Amino acid sequence: MTKEEALLEYCIRLGDDSLILGHRLSEWCGHGPILEEDIAMTNIALDLVGQSRTLLTYAGEVEGKGRGEDDLAYMRSEREFKNALLTEQPNGHFGDTMARQFYFSAYYYFFLQELVNSKDETLAAFAEKSLKEVTYHLRHSSEWVIRLGDGTEESHQKIQESLENLWRYTGELFMTDEVSDMLAKEGIGVDLTQVKQKWDERVKQVLEQATLTLPEGTWMAEGGRKGVHTEHLGYILSDLQYLQRSYPGLKW
Amino acid sequence: MEDEKHLENFQNYVDAEKKIEPKDWMPEAYRKTLIRQISQHAHSEVVGMLPEANWITRAPSLRRKVILLAKVQDEAGHGLYLYSAAETLGADRQMLVEQLLDGTAKYSSIFNYPTVTWADMGAIGWLVDGAAIMNQVMLTRTSYGPYARAMVRICKEESFHQRQGYEAITALAQGSPEQKEMAQDALNRWWWPSLMMFGPTDDNSPNSQQSMKWKIKRKSNDELRQEFVDRTVGQAEAIGLTIPDPDLKWNEETGHYEFGEINWDEFYNVIKGNGPCNRERLKARNEAHDNGEWVREAANAYAKKKKSKAA
Repeated sequence: MTKEEALLEYCIRLGDDSLILGHRLSEWCGHGPILEEDIAMTNIALDLVGQSRTLLTYAGEVEGKGRGEDDLAYMRSEREFKNALLTEQPNGHFGDTMARQFYFSAYYYFFLQELVNSKDETLAAFAEKSLKEVTYHLRHSSEWVIRLGDGTEESHQKIQESLENLWRYTGELFMTDEVSDMLAKEGIGVDLTQVKQKWDERVKQVLEQATLTLPEGTWMAEGGRKGVHTEHLGYILSDLQYLQRSYPGLKW
Repeated sequence: MEDEKHLENFQNYVDAEKKIEPKDWMPEAYRKTLIRQISQHAHSEVVGMLPEANWITRAPSLRRKVILLAKVQDEAGHGLYLYSAAETLGADRQMLVEQLLDGTAKYSSIFNYPTVTWADMGAIGWLVDGAAIMNQVMLTRTSYGPYARAMVRICKEESFHQRQGYEAITALAQGSPEQKEMAQDALNRWWWPSLMMFGPTDDNSPNSQQSMKWKIKRKSNDELRQEFVDRTVGQAEAIGLTIPDPDLKWNEETGHYEFGEINWDEFYNVIKGNGPCNRERLKARNEAHDNGEWVREAANAYAKKKKSKAA
């Protein structure tokens, strides 16, 4: 694998994480528990889709075959998407969504903190801009985990269950392979072991404050980075890609 | 104490083009009219999120997706300002929301029509936001200060939405034959409901006169509707779309377009709850409210705990 191939793969993974999670959050639009949360979740969805545009555009440039953000978002199939399984999990109830968001934002926050030092100028600039956004995403979701954990008996039970159910999808965020190792060594990518340590600490701290119990399972699901997804992704793509697939090659 | 003198002073104040502020004396009927109007407007923003949110996950490009997301987010924001404006009159947001959910409060009937194709996103921005702006620009000069100020901010965003909607439908009208057909079909379906947004004709709008006298309203339903038609016909022609009205014609003498008879049976039917999506919209709002109850309870319980710890 060349450095360019690894970089392309890296950008696709990051872009797909944002795109798919943004898609999930956008499904909430108009259906949130209070109007303020409709605004907040739409806002986060906007940030994430915006991030995916930057990354997929860059991926297309790195690839050099003339593919743009929409070619990559709309014309790849299930096995070509490389998002982490966590990001495609269904919204469930509000607690499920906040648990998913909290796990992901905590990872992404510490990830971007490292990525700002990337030797790749595009990635470093992207990280700097996105870090501001993700700082808010992490604060927002942490506050909800705490409110729900330390709210009522019902909310405590619900968010505890959400955190347990999604726990098995957190390991994949930190899994390394040839792509991540090569780029970390080159100073382009991020050392995920450091990110994992910080993530562990932050998750533990927030759950403690929320009077919740840290899930203990050690078995972790994986597959997203290799394009082997849960059954949910196909349905996401059939919504996302419907118009481009029905009327190929048109401008909108 | 609504004696003659108070009413007279109030009318003089309004006639002098001064703004009424929350703590000023006002006739009860003025307060009631405003609470009803502002809350209906707020509900319309909130229900209006649904037909557009329907297409966010299926938007045909990432650029269109973020534009649509941002638009729907703005609408939620407008809902919030407007509920706040209603609260300055002594209304309670929770109570207003209850009235929406139990069907006693109204919202703009236009949102009871379905968004069946992507072109509807363009048509809504262009026509529905376009019609709403006519009304809202007038309301930036309404006599109640907080409402007028909320409208200034809302109008800026709405006119942005209108331009984006027009740009989206233009892209379709100038696209492939299928896209052009989609655009024309959307115009055919949204044109008449958009004209209905201005409300009944002046001779069938009994509350309008008092609202005009208090300068809550400054133009009649028919005047606003005419302005909208005059402005929109040229926009349709410019992109090669046809307004679905065989009676539409330019009147040289009046300097206005004449247009065909609006189907008022349909208008009153949709208001009564018989529109294509009345039930779906209320069901969606009620489900969101019911499913969110445990979340709101948790947030309240947590806030209380924090407060008692701080005390």
